[in-house]
Amino acid sequence: MSTERHEIKMFTPMTLGLLILIIAGAVSVYKRMTLGLGATTNLQDDFPWGFWIGFDVLGGVAMAAGGFVIASAVYLFNMKKYKPIARPAILTAFLGYLLAASGIFLDIGHPFRIWHPVVMWQIHSIMFIVAIHVVIYTTVLAMESSPMFFERIGLKGVQRFVEKIMMPIALFGTLLSTLHQSSLGAVYLIVPDKLHPLWYSSLLPFSFLVSAIMMGLSMVSFESILSSKFFKHKADMSILSGLARGSIVAIGFYFVLKIFILLSGPGLGAAFAGTMESRLYLLEMAVGVIVPLILLLLPSVRNSMGSIFLVNCFVIVGIVINRMNVSIFGLLRHAQERGVSYFPTGNEFMVTLFLVALGIFLFKFACKYFNVLSYGEVKN
Amino acid sequence: MGTNAIMEKTATDPAVRKMEASFLIDTTKCIGCRGCQISCKSWNQNGTDKTTAGPTLTNPPKLNSKTYTNIAFYESEHNGAITWNFSRNGCFHCKKPACASVCPVEALVKTPEGPVIYRADRCMGCRYCMLACPFNVPKYEWEKLSPSIQKCNFCYDRLLAGMIPACAKTCPTGTIQFSDSIEKNLTEAKKRIAENPGKYHNHIYGEKEAGGTSVLLLSAIPLDQIGHAKVGDQVLPDLTWKYISGIPAIIGVVLAAGIGSWVITRRMKNMDKEDEQ
Ligand code: SF4
Ligand code: SF4
Repeated sequence: MSTERHEIKMFTPMTLGLLILIIAGAVSVYKRMTLGLGATTNLQDDFPWGFWIGFDVLGGVAMAAGGFVIASAVYLFNMKKYKPIARPAILTAFLGYLLAASGIFLDIGHPFRIWHPVVMWQIHSIMFIVAIHVVIYTTVLAMESSPMFFERIGLKGVQRFVEKIMMPIALFGTLLSTLHQSSLGAVYLIVPDKLHPLWYSSLLPFSFLVSAIMMGLSMVSFESILSSKFFKHKADMSILSGLARGSIVAIGFYFVLKIFILLSGPGLGAAFAGTMESRLYLLEMAVGVIVPLILLLLPSVRNSMGSIFLVNCFVIVGIVINRMNVSIFGLLRHAQERGVSYFPTGNEFMVTLFLVALGIFLFKFACKYFNVLSYGEVKN
Repeated sequence: MGTNAIMEKTATDPAVRKMEASFLIDTTKCIGCRGCQISCKSWNQNGTDKTTAGPTLTNPPKLNSKTYTNIAFYESEHNGAITWNFSRNGCFHCKKPACASVCPVEALVKTPEGPVIYRADRCMGCRYCMLACPFNVPKYEWEKLSPSIQKCNFCYDRLLAGMIPACAKTCPTGTIQFSDSIEKNLTEAKKRIAENPGKYHNHIYGEKEAGGTSVLLLSAIPLDQIGHAKVGDQVLPDLTWKYISGIPAIIGVVLAAGIGSWVITRRMKNMDKEDEQ
């Protein structure tokens, strides 16, 4: 029951660790804001986008996909079984988008002009489309998360009203997510001469969407298991193996898609060329796709929480590697031809750690003060 | 005068309005005096830079936020003798510029007269233009707290005032030939190649690159040997537009699928309940 949240302790070694990261990271954010991009990052003319775009934006948004996957399962496909995980999934998505939006805010040269695209439309630009989606979808996620807020402050009527109109909200959210996840892939359609052929493909938008769904399923399952450990809350095995079955479909489909892209593009040989790119490509495929797929096909894995957790970690790491490959490693060859290389500075890492730590902290905070984890079980 | 103000003060001279600004840059004529580099700096009031010359004396070694154009020096062997090859870097003012197509706020725009210009007050600094430009032209003021993109603007202000760009004006050897028609320059380039067998590498860089550009380059040796990347003939903004123009269809499919599955799965749930009763 809802009393569970009172058992969550705020003062634990983990919280302390998070606070230390947040404070240390805040210093790096301050440096970025006061000294500028040149002094605090390794970004340069021949490598204008780095770790923040790769991890915070591309990674953060992919990690947030769990929100729309679960929202559409519960509210569009009427799979009520997943209702207990809808709130944490949507909350994670909200935090993931905040991570991405903060990443963009710090990355752009004029943070305080971040609103410009909203008024200066340019529909030929994927960046414009991405920006508009971040704004609208973050609002939708806030609405999707609002019932627990209204519940908390005692506005039961409002809570019930928002829950009644959840279906159209979820539908809208799913629509925006489909477009947004795929348009992040479409960002790279304009660089056929720069991005390595192992990753450049006209199917980039589609492969970003499918891999985001994979990532979303794994993130939700990963989180349910973690929160059951940390917050002493029971994870529902039937939900976890249901998510695992969903993952098999998504990963299987992604596998076929990636092989198709490889064969119709640079060919099988490119994956085994022995270059840095080919190794990273194989790593991404092994960690994010092949190993998880094989493991999930074993019934013993699907029925063990520990093994599912491991598979989730593989998928999450694998897809993050994919995003890094597209946004950084796949572009390095071109930069190196122009005599430059890129590796993030300590400051860049610290800013990202700051955002991640803040996200986890806020999640914990929300679990403590709102009815996040034990919602929906009551009725069953 | 800011480029924004220039844009608003549309040229009144009908000759300027009909113009399709173009350069034909015949690098075989270049003597490496770097006059264009200097006059560009003066006209655009771009400060000096502390630089080190590259191994072949290119100085500054690359374009940067204070250098819209530079002359790159390359050595090559030609019929047993070492020769210098001078190449000019700068914006190509693409006919369908990738930089302008990706800019979310229309800070970069293709003007009707041909130049691709930048309006700093709109730019939010996402740097997508830098990623998208196949020629790596836009540069950033990394060291500044309020940074802008910097790149050649084809001396748009001069063009509107009836003058030719500063670099072309300065060039003592006729390497940089300005014309108000890309077609005219293209014809001239083809003529030079045809009339001087063996003098030119048979490729007009910019004729087809990135769907065609306003700046055309001629060279004695293959252009990738003088620092010009191989760029495909694809009109780059089209690649993105294929996706964007598909968005209405995606919206339709997702809405139909979403509503459809909601109706069906709800109906199925109800049937289950009825069966139980
Ligand atoms: S060369 Fe680059 S900066 Fe110049 S117009 Fe073309 S895409 Fe834009
Ligand atoms: S950096 Fe500025 S000019 Fe370049 S795409 Fe972004 S907003 Fe446009």
